[in-house]
Amino acid sequence: MALEIITANRLGDGLVIFLTTDGWSARIGDAVVSESRDETAALLARAEADAGLVVGPYEITVERQADGSLHPVKYRETLRTRGPSVRTDLGYQAA
Amino acid sequence: MYVYDELDRGLVNERVEEFRDQVSRRISGELTEEQFRPLRLMNGLYLQLHAYMLRVAVPYGVLSSTQMRKLARIARVYDRGYGHFTTRQNIQFNWPKLEETPDILAELAEVEMHAIQTSGNCIRNTTADQFAGAAADELEDPRIWCEIIRQWSTFHPEFTFLPRKFKIAVTGAVSDRAAIKVHDIGIVLVQGADGEVGFEIWAGGGLGRTPMIAKKIREFLLAADLLSYLEAMLRVYNRFGRRDNKYKARIKILVHEIGADAYRDAVEAEWADIRDGALALPAQEISRIRKAFTPPAFEVLDAVSTAFEARKFEDRGFARWVASNVRRHKVAGYAIANISLKPAGGIPGDATAEQMDAVAEYADRWSFGEVRVAHEQNLVLPHVRQDDLYDLWLALGSVELDAPNIGTLGDIIACPGMDYCSLATARSIPVAQQISERFADLERLHDIGSISLNISGCINACGHHHVGNIGILGVDKKGEEFYQITLGGQADENAAIGRIIGPGFASDAIVDAIETIIETYLSVRQDGESFIATLNRLGQTPFKEALYGTA
Repeated sequence: MALEIITANRLGDGLVIFLTTDGWSARIGDAVVSESRDETAALLARAEADAGLVVGPYEITVERQADGSLHPVKYRETLRTRGPSVRTDLGYQAA
Repeated sequence: MYVYDELDRGLVNERVEEFRDQVSRRISGELTEEQFRPLRLMNGLYLQLHAYMLRVAVPYGVLSSTQMRKLARIARVYDRGYGHFTTRQNIQFNWPKLEETPDILAELAEVEMHAIQTSGNCIRNTTADQFAGAAADELEDPRIWCEIIRQWSTFHPEFTFLPRKFKIAVTGAVSDRAAIKVHDIGIVLVQGADGEVGFEIWAGGGLGRTPMIAKKIREFLLAADLLSYLEAMLRVYNRFGRRDNKYKARIKILVHEIGADAYRDAVEAEWADIRDGALALPAQEISRIRKAFTPPAFEVLDAVSTAFEARKFEDRGFARWVASNVRRHKVAGYAIANISLKPAGGIPGDATAEQMDAVAEYADRWSFGEVRVAHEQNLVLPHVRQDDLYDLWLALGSVELDAPNIGTLGDIIACPGMDYCSLATARSIPVAQQISERFADLERLHDIGSISLNISGCINACGHHHVGNIGILGVDKKGEEFYQITLGGQADENAAIGRIIGPGFASDAIVDAIETIIETYLSVRQDGESFIATLNRLGQTPFKEALYGTA
């Protein structure tokens, strides 16, 4: 199965976050990766238990690059990891 | 402009405090997201791709300089230094924090603004001709009627949970700049047989996945009957509009399915019962609202300013800006100055906090403190003395707001698209940027002349692509951004839905395709013939052949 991770938006400021082994991170590289349907379901259940901290968790498909980094398959999700393509001074890409 | 009375102020302030409480209950965990979501949406707070987005209502596109300064302050203090003016004459902030939103709304309330009616299945913020009260071709100022509609529709208990959202647009002029025929209800101020001003009523227009031009429902409605008639129209829709399918829930589907005649009959029957009830507008109330829109203290000036004419003669850049951005005013010696938010390569509709502050200052100096937002995502100073236009133009240049391209190929309408919007299927802004850069040469831009090019990043059509002379719709094709072209749309009094010209184009081919269409137009047009006139004369064939070859 394709690799999957869980993403959501943070309740307080709405920024994009990813489920990690012990919480949430703004960096996709910190995400905990699922390799099976059961694992994804378990991660989603964990994410939904955090409904007081995050909004709308869902799974996305990612690919692992040769250097070990994770990249979303869909461009929409790539944009979420970076920020608007037309304002590279804004969002995570600006950091 | 209209100033809040105690009732208006109380309503808005109460709503701010109510929302403050709701936000704190969401943060404390007392409310789930499922419970909270409809509450935040009723206050204009969406969750988009990167963050929350707050959509602030600009009632019928009218802003005072004080309000504009407040928007600048919100952009600076609570957001990332800019705002985005939308195709519904509103403004969106792209990075507000949930915790700070009640403070933003409290600040807006200080200047009689809010984010009510910018989301949800209610009667949305009414839109109007951005030249209201200024246009030379205007019968009467439509803002009077927009304000009456605002007061009736805000928190209307019967119409808070309609089958779908509901949009009303009003124009008082011969040229329709408010696109009334693609609204759920379109209202045109007209003169009755006895010379009194009343309304022509249209219904069932709309864009989205099923674009339709509105049908005329009533030839003439007396002013006093406006609200009772609208109430009857909404009631019939609320009762018979479909709730089983979100995509078939707009009034356009109802009017289309039962036919305009059946819809009209149902409305007239409903109206007969309520016409002389509580909603009949007393003349006294109309005149109270009318007073709020008393024209500013215009000076008595010559129709032609020799100083202005001389400046145009001396300065080619100024003459070019006047030719594209300035429109005729109803008062001698005055002009309407359009401020383009579409610099070549820029993001359509975006303005920085500094630019908003500058526009507020220019409005105070040269336009009686009044600013307008156009649905084309531009700003307007409605009442500028011709003699002041040169100084205004120089000042606009100092803040990069002097693009001379209103109504040209550079004046592209574009929704935020996938760069911001969680519904989008493709990006819109980069396509707009590439096209405006490709056609940045002003000689060429002005030679091409009057044309509209509208881009939407999904089928919901916030970028009004169906009614662009050239429309571009971004879609997702197996994970790639792909762009469909429509030709022949019009949003004015000759409203028309564009037709798809053929197969779509990849993102690296769409700009060339647009250039091919434009070059074809230039090669086949007759003297003085606009793009749309050429297209209507020749049909799609020459453009299709140029794009796809002769098969």
